[in-house]
Amino acid sequence: MTRHLLSAGDLSRDDALLILNTATELARLADRPIKKLPTLRGRTVVNLFFEDSTRTRTSFEAAAKRLSADVINFSAKGSSVSKGESLKDTALTLEAMGADGVVIRHEASGAPHRLAGWIKGSVVNAGDGTHEHPTQALLDAFTMRRHLGNLDGRRVAIVGDVLHSRVARSNVLLLRTLGADVTVVAPPTLLPVGVDGWPCAYSYDLDAVLPKSDVVMMLRVQRERMNASYFPNAREYSRRYGLDAARMAMLPEHAIVMHPGPMNRGMEIAAEVADSVRSVIVEQVTNGVSVRMAVLYLLLGGNDSAIGPPLGEPAIDTETQA
Amino acid sequence: MTAAHPNPHPNPLPNKHSNVQSRSQTLQREVLEAPDVTRALTRIAHEILERTRGGADVLLLGIPTRGVGLAHRLAHLMGAVENREVLVGSLDITMYRDDLRLRPARALARTEVPGGGVDGMLVVLVDDVLFSGRTVRAALDALGELGRPRAVQLAVLVDRGHRELPIKADYVGKNLPTSLREQVTVLIEEHDGRDAVLLGPGDVESPSESPPADQEGPEGA
Repeated sequence: MTRHLLSAGDLSRDDALLILNTATELARLADRPIKKLPTLRGRTVVNLFFEDSTRTRTSFEAAAKRLSADVINFSAKGSSVSKGESLKDTALTLEAMGADGVVIRHEASGAPHRLAGWIKGSVVNAGDGTHEHPTQALLDAFTMRRHLGNLDGRRVAIVGDVLHSRVARSNVLLLRTLGADVTVVAPPTLLPVGVDGWPCAYSYDLDAVLPKSDVVMMLRVQRERMNASYFPNAREYSRRYGLDAARMAMLPEHAIVMHPGPMNRGMEIAAEVADSVRSVIVEQVTNGVSVRMAVLYLLLGGNDSAIGPPLGEPAIDTETQA
Repeated sequence: MTAAHPNPHPNPLPNKHSNVQSRSQTLQREVLEAPDVTRALTRIAHEILERTRGGADVLLLGIPTRGVGLAHRLAHLMGAVENREVLVGSLDITMYRDDLRLRPARALARTEVPGGGVDGMLVVLVDDVLFSGRTVRAALDALGELGRPRAVQLAVLVDRGHRELPIKADYVGKNLPTSLREQVTVLIEEHDGRDAVLLGPGDVESPSESPPADQEGPEGA
């Protein structure tokens, strides 16, 4: 009966709203003298990071610790992975240590799915290759809801390196579930081949999309995943697809600017935009902790997960039937 | 889940989505009607004011779901007598429950503490039904994380007995002797459209196996 958070597409509208509403209540914890809850006492959460990350790993760590879980951080550097241990053997080692939840980031798309088949605990995808990053999408949706309220019919532009972006993929799926209209904007070389099949519109022209957007989400140009020339040079990319002050002025009055970080200032986003009042980029990081607390609580807090698709059995209490 | 807790009781917990409303209306007996509920609350409001000498430092905290509505009702009644605003809020206990691991994680309710917090205040916890006492224990834990009240008291609309912890209410609307097989359902205007306390057959064997009092209502969660 274990359930996982592997893809934003696995979440029903009810699941997504349950997570977001739970996060809303958990966010209020920040105002209290004691910012900690006893809920996951005695549960172990392993952060399994095969790829570099600062904000996601520390965010998950903070979230698990605020819920009183024991946290084991595992990074590929300095572990047996550098000696050639396979993902499966690493997973079984963690399983033997009694991990109730495993938060995994891996450079291979699909690694969390494989892991979910090998271990008994809940698996949370914290970014796999160019595939998905569901908690990022959840925290983005949370941030949007804080500024815009209900997302039904809201127009969201996701701009930049869509091809390599797991953030874009997860956001498109989740925002569609929540009723928003998403447009991905990129040069033709940075849109994936199957983009026509995505539940969103696409465009090559940023200036045409900006005036009718409630949210503009800039994506990082992922140089480390680029093994070919996707655009002539950085200056040309920046001129056509970068968000500078002049472009920001085209946005409606209430629109917000987002970026999942880390930013390439001057490339996809100008420094003055990133630091402007419309930018909610720092807030995204804050909200990340609340949203990840909600996910960990709903997956690990009870005797069974409160979210995610049922695996096989219908959602009834197996213990009470025994 | 990996850390499963075996449940020795074969009875499934009452399904929160089950058709409690129709059952409660057909099989349950109305032990308090709307005017009785109002009278009980009015008396409790006066008792609180009397016992706290005007209740200048009283802060009422309702336990979701129905305790919150009752707390606001008490605050209004007390305010009308003393001719001033009485502080009232809500205290969610979900994360502090001792039966969290027995069921899937549930949705959280709002904790709302008005004014300058709970430090130094006389906090009166308000709930609809006092049963095992476990909800109140969880509330005391939750309260402890918010600060240090001068004192804590407990007001409930119905005390149905069968305590499993050394907990006692300071203000009781109605002492209702029940059997463990029975189910008490509190309906309040704000939530259910009318005020009533219903008593009827339940499928619950031990108080700690039952959902908390406020989840026995027709609305469930």
